[in-house]
Amino acid sequence: MHELGIVFYIIRDVKKAAEENHVNHVDAVVMDIGEVSTVVPHLLTDCWRWAADKEELLKGCELKVNTIPAVTWCDDCKREYETVKHGRTCPHCNSENTWLLRGNEVEIREIQVETHS
Amino acid sequence: MDEVKVIEIKKSVFAENEQDANNLRQELKDKGVFLLNLMSAPGSGKTSTLIQLINRIKGKTRVAVMEADIDSDVDAVKIKEKTGVPSIQLHTGGMCHLDAEMTRQGLDNVNLDEVDLVVLENVGNLVCPAEFDTGATCNAMILSVPEGDDKPLKYPLMFTVCDLVIINKMDVVPYFDFDLERCKKYIHLRNPQAQIIPVSAKTGHGIDHLVEWLLKQLP
Repeated sequence: MHELGIVFYIIRDVKKAAEENHVNHVDAVVMDIGEVSTVVPHLLTDCWRWAADKEELLKGCELKVNTIPAVTWCDDCKREYETVKHGRTCPHCNSENTWLLRGNEVEIREIQVETHS
Repeated sequence: MDEVKVIEIKKSVFAENEQDANNLRQELKDKGVFLLNLMSAPGSGKTSTLIQLINRIKGKTRVAVMEADIDSDVDAVKIKEKTGVPSIQLHTGGMCHLDAEMTRQGLDNVNLDEVDLVVLENVGNLVCPAEFDTGATCNAMILSVPEGDDKPLKYPLMFTVCDLVIINKMDVVPYFDFDLERCKKYIHLRNPQAQIIPVSAKTGHGIDHLVEWLLKQLP
């Protein structure tokens, strides 16, 4: 549901980066989206299509989503495990003393532009 | 020949909003204004709890309210009628949350020299408002008994970002399988520091605790 708000943030950041790099059209934006970031990739790309095509800079620009697997750290047995599979409880020692290491990202990794030479 | 050039960005899309939010928080602190961001699911009793709270706190501090909704001004009108404090309505234009920029625009319509406490009633939603820092001094949420005591497990981020969890509709506990102690345990799993205050906006039970807690937080 918050994907549209996130798309507006991406557009704002990409516009800024394009201006700084003197780019007048962006062909692709690559996102790093964590598995447990609560962002639904297909909703993000749907919102993106609708909003990006309204911008001259981003007409037809593709939003590529790179999913970052979520990994949790157990403070008791000092081991890592897959968050989505096991949730908060460590599968090795049953502890709930666990912390998300990665998988919460909503980041713009890079933008791709065509250069004519 | 056309070549693809890659420009690395490596930046969280929330970074700019977080910066805006931190600036706004500092500006409010300098002005001596406390901004309370109140969140919850639709129908948990945000507006009726707020009316109870304001009517008991307005003699002790100067209050204003900003109501955020996708549409209509029923909440802002109700607050003004039932409490007499200044109340403005913000429309989010279809968005499911407020961010720092929208909050700032709302605050531009509040006379900050004449208030100590501004309550922002966020859009009814347990997911999106938790993602976007509004610049509030304090985040609070209302969980109502009929929603169930397992909500902290289902919407962990909301419970993680809140300093205060108000459990509303305590008067209907006998009719639901709601275990207050279990609920507290689930909230503290997510957020060991969270303050939890059970209330009933209908009977007024527990509202004095809320008033007492809030007055302690004010500058």
